[in-house]
Amino acid sequence: MISSPEPLPQGNVAGVPPELPPPRLPLRAWLTMYARLLTVQGAWNYESMMGTGIGFCTEPALRAMPGGRSGPAYHEALARESRYFNAHPYLAALAVGALARAELEGRPAAQIERFRAAMCGPLGSVGDRLVWGGWLPLSSLLALLVFGAGASGWLALATFLVVYNAGHLGLRAWALHTGWHHGLRVAAALGRPVLRQGPAHVSRAVALLAGAAVPLVLHRILAIGPALTAGAVAVGALGALALILLRGRLEGWRLAFAVLVALTLASVVL
Amino acid sequence: MSIELLLVVTALGALVGLDVVSFPQMMFSRPLVAATLGGLAVGDMDAGLTIGVVLELVALDTLPVGASRYPEWGSASVAAGALCALAGGGAAAVALVATAAVATAWVGGWSMYLLRRANGVLARRQQPALDAGTPAVVLRLQGLGIAADIARAAGITAGALILFAPLVRWLLPRWSLSDDVTSAALLALLIALAAGTVWRLVRGTSGASWLALAGLGAAVLVLVVR
Repeated sequence: MISSPEPLPQGNVAGVPPELPPPRLPLRAWLTMYARLLTVQGAWNYESMMGTGIGFCTEPALRAMPGGRSGPAYHEALARESRYFNAHPYLAALAVGALARAELEGRPAAQIERFRAAMCGPLGSVGDRLVWGGWLPLSSLLALLVFGAGASGWLALATFLVVYNAGHLGLRAWALHTGWHHGLRVAAALGRPVLRQGPAHVSRAVALLAGAAVPLVLHRILAIGPALTAGAVAVGALGALALILLRGRLEGWRLAFAVLVALTLASVVL
Repeated sequence: MSIELLLVVTALGALVGLDVVSFPQMMFSRPLVAATLGGLAVGDMDAGLTIGVVLELVALDTLPVGASRYPEWGSASVAAGALCALAGGGAAAVALVATAAVATAWVGGWSMYLLRRANGVLARRQQPALDAGTPAVVLRLQGLGIAADIARAAGITAGALILFAPLVRWLLPRWSLSDDVTSAALLALLIALAAGTVWRLVRGTSGASWLALAGLGAAVLVLVVR
């Protein structure tokens, strides 16, 4: 189970002064930032994590800083934004929007650093719960249900890719816009009902879809006689119980590997 | 397997492997999609789809959370789809190829760990330029990371094809269990994995157990009526 969201930095993060209207950015800068967000983890490493990616994504906005690309403000801001940062890759857009605005507004460096440090945890845990633990399995199970119900493989694939990416690309766009709109006050946006309560609703949908999809899709690809099916269901139920009792200490793919190797040895060697 | 086919599937594996983390994370790298594309590249989409469904149920358990190390399913699934199509489908082929795919995904996960370490070394070497806010260095690090990820995924896909295509071809005629017994073993494994994973994902959510049972009831009803 994915951990609950960490407490969000509420209200006046790092002593943010009253909100000003956001500066204007050309459409080209917005599009470039959005496109670059798709590569935010391109240079991911265990030291600065996605820090370089955040610098890369905010850079098109930083060109509008006083002095342009050759001014010291641009270089100082780019250096600051390329330091350590980590978050869920989709919700990193929220930080990119907020940080780009903060830099263009000329917020003090210490305030921006505090904001960066405060946002890593919440953006990671909210994104992990909402996307990796919710939207991804939901889209996957929906596609399996479509295939299990008798649809073609193409329709199943299209269902998965369209549903998943409607959420994925929409979330990135919303996050970039919201980050820019709220600036350093963006923490409040993470308290929105859809982000706070959405994962629970998605979990319920995952449960419903899993109950329906798994039997149908397995029947379609591995149809066998009733006696063997009953035996397999009984053994599978015992296996599931064992996995549940182990409470995540045994990852499913490791169990799968052990069972498949044993099956291969039993069939080929014995 | 011809050189041309090896190159086509490797190129596909490289692009799909890139999707896992670096670009664009649109989940072409999920086994359901990646294995189907791998099968399609060899000319048997159905075989790719079948192994894709099997691997998707195994991969449901994998959450690519933060800095954790996890199996890389993208390249492994492309190779699996191609291998299953080459083996002609069937329960024995699915079991053998699934074993190869999980092993490949495991190695792929290690390759991602090594890539991230290498990215760290590159970034450390460029630290003075990063501290000076040099845009060309930021751009170069992103570009090198992405290029290295493509090479990594291509290597994993090609390695899996070169190692496992002859191995599967050699083992398949020696498979002694009947198709029905093999299917029953796969069925039991996938039920255990799917149920265990879903429980882990939804535990603590009020009403989720009842909804899962409702879905199960509806599916059983559909299967009985059919």
